[in-house]
Amino acid sequence: MSEHEYTPKSKFGKWFNDRLPLLSLASHLTDYPTPKNLNYWWTFGGILTFCLITQIVTGLTLAMHYIAHADMAFESVEHIMRDVNYGWLIRYIHANGASMFFLAVYIHIFRSLFYGSYKSPREIIWIIGIIIYLLMMAAAFMGYVLPWGQMSFWGATVITNLFSAIPLVGEGIVTWLWGGYSVDNPTLTRFFTLHYLIPFLILGLVVLHIWALHVPGNNNPVGIDIQKPSKDTVPFHPYIVIKDGFALLMFMIVFAFFVFYTPNILGHADNYIEANPLVTPAHIVPEWYLLPFYAILRSVPDKLLGVIAMLSAILILAALPWLDTSKIRSAVFRPLYKQFYWILVADVLILGYVGAMPAEGLYLLIARVATAYYFLHFLVILPVLGYTEKTTPVPLSITEPVLGGSPNLAMAKNKESLKE
Amino acid sequence: MKNFFRTLFLITLIIGISLKSNAAEKVEYLKTDWSFKGLFGKFDRGALQRGYQVYTEVCSSCHSMKYLSYRNLAEKGGPEFSVEQAKAIAASFEVTDGPNADGEMFTRPGKLSDKFVMPYENVKAAQAANGGAYPPDMSVLVKARGGGVDYIYSLLQGYEDPPSGVILDDGVYYNKYMYGNKIKMSNQLSDGLIEYGDGTEATVQQMSKDVTTFLMWTAEPHLETRHQMGFKAIIYLIILTVLVYFSMKRIWSRVETEI
Repeated sequence: MSEHEYTPKSKFGKWFNDRLPLLSLASHLTDYPTPKNLNYWWTFGGILTFCLITQIVTGLTLAMHYIAHADMAFESVEHIMRDVNYGWLIRYIHANGASMFFLAVYIHIFRSLFYGSYKSPREIIWIIGIIIYLLMMAAAFMGYVLPWGQMSFWGATVITNLFSAIPLVGEGIVTWLWGGYSVDNPTLTRFFTLHYLIPFLILGLVVLHIWALHVPGNNNPVGIDIQKPSKDTVPFHPYIVIKDGFALLMFMIVFAFFVFYTPNILGHADNYIEANPLVTPAHIVPEWYLLPFYAILRSVPDKLLGVIAMLSAILILAALPWLDTSKIRSAVFRPLYKQFYWILVADVLILGYVGAMPAEGLYLLIARVATAYYFLHFLVILPVLGYTEKTTPVPLSITEPVLGGSPNLAMAKNKESLKE
Repeated sequence: MKNFFRTLFLITLIIGISLKSNAAEKVEYLKTDWSFKGLFGKFDRGALQRGYQVYTEVCSSCHSMKYLSYRNLAEKGGPEFSVEQAKAIAASFEVTDGPNADGEMFTRPGKLSDKFVMPYENVKAAQAANGGAYPPDMSVLVKARGGGVDYIYSLLQGYEDPPSGVILDDGVYYNKYMYGNKIKMSNQLSDGLIEYGDGTEATVQQMSKDVTTFLMWTAEPHLETRHQMGFKAIIYLIILTVLVYFSMKRIWSRVETEI
């Protein structure tokens, strides 16, 4: 929280604020000192908030017309698409909104990886973020089941069956999850309930995520600690508000293009076929944003180990602040890490690609190599790199690299030569 | 900002290329100029009305259309039959209604509010009449097939004699666009099979195109509104983005930093 005390001007304002300091909170949020050198990769936090609110608002509207029943779900979705006023628009925003949400969250996560935003003192922000990401995946998966198409049904069958890999109690857990002996109406109704609940849990965690952020303040592309407020910072409003707004509008243009011109390109055609327990689709594929993890799951021959590998691939991220031993945050000053970072990006994209392909032959081989590399990056490369890498000199303040002639420059140069 | 967009552009390019190369592996479908594609894509009214005729006279004896009502035929953005025409179309079908005051089901001529009449009582009856294969409902068929309209259009024209070595069971036909090449629907279209009300020559290609256009509409009845609204929304967003960009420049000019 910022240090300065805020006193409302009006008498009523003061009376109210003494009892519930909402005005102090608003003042804190607008004055919040933000590093002035944040680049556009930092605008995705705001974009994600927009995505969450969009999903909640469109989702509430859809829930007013949707019927969570195995015999009526598919039909009620078609009813929304045809007869509800602008139902098609709301549903397409919601369906594509999920993809946009994940697109933004992946950029947000990879930004954090590049600039070391997860490092001390921001570990809690990072871990809350990972929990949000996990909940997002759960919400997205259950949301995809609701239209009760073929991919909904078979996707639900495959994913819930993963729990059967647990020794001894696995089968029992699956039956308990299903509410029966196969994916059926009880499964659908509970998924609907949870799909409705999770976004509000995410909303609560987002508040914590932002709260935790406002304690140390934002990281920045240079990755150094800065004085707040100082010449290195700008107040959140209007500087960051307008910049986030600009980035959000550009994001919305892409979003609108998907919604209005290719609304079904990110979905699977099979989901427009009503669920049929007697007919299995040729390829059961999850949504694109889950593909890298699906590839990891399938690359391990043993079912239980595959599930463990997939879960570890996500949970390993939570340990990242301790796996990365380097004291330098930003990859800008870490020439070796920078290269490994881009290899990791390529690795995850490759995993996503092979995740969409049949798990056989060359694809399976690539998936295995990519999976091995994924874990190698986090478990070996990152810890070792922190000790062996020779980093380049880090500036003393943000102002320095921007304004070449500041007095800090001489100091920094001095320090540099001392190091060598 | 430059760096940001360069990276974003490169990543998009890589993903785009990999998707494109992936798409190239699939079967090449027959192509035609669909009027509903593109930013301003609209349905060809004539094609929709002819397509409805093909559906009714050919497809509807086996394929249901359960999410459509007769009123849809007169709605904006569709075939746009006049209300009188749509009423007449509805009335030409026998609809089972009831039970009446005596507890009996009865039949009556269809009304605008009725759903399209189903060709079979239930799925089992449909399978029994079609050698075990269920003729899929056509309401969202175009969206339920990977290749979409191009696939349906090609499939209708894809019947050939099987290559030597391929043995077909009774009631199974060879179609070069069908998944696995084996289809339980026989070739339904032949030149001059129906007589179009508007005098268009009913070639197989013409009928395929018309009925596929009709199926695109049944799957996406609000496609025209969507395209029109999308164009307006995107223009609006672009103008707003430009305005916000200049406001941002103005505000940030107070700070000595690059944006």
